[in-house]
Amino acid sequence: MSQTASRYFVPEPSHWPIVGSLALGLMASGAVMAMNGVAAGKFTLIGGFCVLVYMLFGWFGTVIRESEGGKYSKMVDSSFRWSMSWFIFSEVMFFAAFFGGLFYIRVLSVPDLASFENVKFLYPHFSDVWPSAGPAFKEKFTAMEAFGLPAINTLLLLTSGATLTWAHWGLVKDNRKQLIIGLFLTVALGIAFLVCQAIEYHEAYSEHNLKMTTGVFGSTFFMLTGFHGFHVTLGATMLIVILFRSIFGHFKPDHHFAFEAVAWYWHFVDVVWLLLFILVYWL
Amino acid sequence: MAAVDHAHGHEHGHDGHGHHPTGLMRWVTTTNHKDIGSMYLWFSFAMFMVGGAMSLVIRAELFQPGLQVVSPAFYNQMITLHALIMVFGAIMPAFVGFANWMIPLQIGAPDMAFARMNNWSFWILPVAGSMLVGSMFVPGGASGTGWTLYPPLSIQMGMGMDMAIFGVHLLGMSSIMGSINIITTILNLRAPGMTLMKMPMFCWTWLITAYLLIAVMPVLAGAVTMLLTDRHFGTTFFDAAGGGDPVLFQHIFWFFGHPEVYIIALPAFGVISEVIPAFSRKPIFGYTSMVYAIASIAIISFFVWAHHMYTTGIPLTGQLYFMYATMLIAVPTGVKVFNWVATMWRGELTFETPMLFALGFLFLFTLGGFSGLVLSVTAVDIMLQDTYYVVAHFHYVMVAGAVFSAYAGAYYWLPKWTGHMYDETLGKAHFWLTLFFFNLTFFVQHFLGLAGMPRRIPDYALQFAEFNKLSSIGAFGLGLSQLLFLYVVIKCIKGGKKAEANVWGAPGLEWTVPSPAPYHTFEEPPVVK
Repeated sequence: MSQTASRYFVPEPSHWPIVGSLALGLMASGAVMAMNGVAAGKFTLIGGFCVLVYMLFGWFGTVIRESEGGKYSKMVDSSFRWSMSWFIFSEVMFFAAFFGGLFYIRVLSVPDLASFENVKFLYPHFSDVWPSAGPAFKEKFTAMEAFGLPAINTLLLLTSGATLTWAHWGLVKDNRKQLIIGLFLTVALGIAFLVCQAIEYHEAYSEHNLKMTTGVFGSTFFMLTGFHGFHVTLGATMLIVILFRSIFGHFKPDHHFAFEAVAWYWHFVDVVWLLLFILVYWL
Repeated sequence: MAAVDHAHGHEHGHDGHGHHPTGLMRWVTTTNHKDIGSMYLWFSFAMFMVGGAMSLVIRAELFQPGLQVVSPAFYNQMITLHALIMVFGAIMPAFVGFANWMIPLQIGAPDMAFARMNNWSFWILPVAGSMLVGSMFVPGGASGTGWTLYPPLSIQMGMGMDMAIFGVHLLGMSSIMGSINIITTILNLRAPGMTLMKMPMFCWTWLITAYLLIAVMPVLAGAVTMLLTDRHFGTTFFDAAGGGDPVLFQHIFWFFGHPEVYIIALPAFGVISEVIPAFSRKPIFGYTSMVYAIASIAIISFFVWAHHMYTTGIPLTGQLYFMYATMLIAVPTGVKVFNWVATMWRGELTFETPMLFALGFLFLFTLGGFSGLVLSVTAVDIMLQDTYYVVAHFHYVMVAGAVFSAYAGAYYWLPKWTGHMYDETLGKAHFWLTLFFFNLTFFVQHFLGLAGMPRRIPDYALQFAEFNKLSSIGAFGLGLSQLLFLYVVIKCIKGGKKAEANVWGAPGLEWTVPSPAPYHTFEEPPVVK
């Protein structure tokens, strides 16, 4: 009987959830205050972030100890798979909101603003040309060239997907060296991507006059690429954790869901970038 | 300590070592689905009282024409917070509470799949709730935009609006984690032999609701994030001068908002699909068609959002499409209503309180469905947009639909939770008072709306005075009647007739465990034949 019962895993009471809630409460109220010019806001936000980091270390640390301690059965493993898949789906829907906004602006709102009544009565010199920053934006700006840095970034991310899969092969074959080298290359490529992105943002602001305030083009450009960059940062952080765990000898060829979860996440980030490259930079 | 496992059972005794904190810390650190379910239900009831008090401020102001009680700005804040708190703070957590308590019991699992994350999903709620309630006390007060947070007004609001935005972010995180947990529990932790098509209907409704939540809560997060950057970082998503469009917000918001209606309604359907068969002493009529009906409602709900936007200048072809698509939802909903009625046909009906609330639901929710069908007709909706007819419609769906079914579920499962029978006389009194005052409050609003009274405005023309007076009397009666429920619940927790394991003679695994359900159940999975 106990063999069937131990399929389940019900953890002991834990204080990490309430620490997490405290962190989120501090971060949210700190952000509200910071955005409204209350001096304490910034410190509350940073304090909340520190509590969040403490919680993540503690909570994930517990999970890693439980996993390495052999407490997770096949059933738990399967639970993790379901949950990670649906978490990634929720992220897909988050980006879908911004892509939806982009399509609406390009297909409906900008052409409408340049249509008959509006041109006649409100904005006589406005025409429907993308990239557009709207009828009230009088300065000159240029969009980023797709086949410059963004193309290099595409190459970097696609290569990182390949190195990650190569690392996974190493893990499955129990070739620890291949695993670590593959992960190291993936992290390096991810960081290189982020550096290129930072250079690109700098160029956008200094040379292209392309800012977050540059009408709808600036809004959609920075919102989409910014949230993507944020997700790359998260993914790279997770990869670094996995890299260290691999160095410490964690994971077995048949028991390494944490690795796979991070890999799924990394490929998701990769696919979002491909859409960005085509829909934001290229077309 | 790891698994709930008899081989390790001795470790349960180590209370002194801090494994099982007592007092307040028991609730703060708990990983038990029953504790967490109870916390959700109490939180929900507390928010129900807060949101209810706000609605009474609204009804007090509308008791007679002219401005008497509150300022128009505060009235707007009450309108906004009442809706946000009732939707996100009261109704949704109530059904998540039911899910936490009942899904593991109904599928024969020892707990939810991710017990710690389950606790976090709950403990985010008080933080988000205090953001919403607290926004009343900051300079400029709470958001006064209505719960839909439409720009350009929401761009102009003070910091209370930012608190609403972050509150919504937190609520969304809680919902997504809760939903992932529910999906994983249902798909992965069912007892051997319990195939999906043998699952209780309540689990089915929650499985599909959880998918809806994961699909739309992130979209809402995206929408309010764009509001936030438009407010503080100079983007122009919703500003025509920068090439954006305020209507874009409405599209994104209602892409979330319409499935949200079914996020609230589907678990309510689930509870009703448990209660009606139990008190008809018959299995539910048309189980398979019920499952397909829920799934169809969920899928169609993604393609009807612009019926909330008929008057925003969308093209005629768009209006026609959204009108027909909306009407299509009435078909699977009709299947469900038909099946509930057919379940009762030739059943051995008895009318205890849960059944009374279920029947109240059946009549009044159907009425709310019909007024929804009226509003789906574009030509009619253009007349009725933003009138009290709409207010009456969605309160028939939200209160008589969701709240009645939450009461049906609460009375149905209270003996299982507390081990005592509730006071049947008081329960029935609660039902009849609620039914009477609910209709007094909201039925008259149909007439007000048809006569042209606009909503969200603190004053009105003299011709609307009579019905508004009736509606306000009803609202105060409705509010007071809910205190009776609180009394019944406390009385039931404290004592009462001992409840048997299978109180109602209903099928289902939850009735095979003793009442009250022990702290740990199904540590070894039952086998379902």
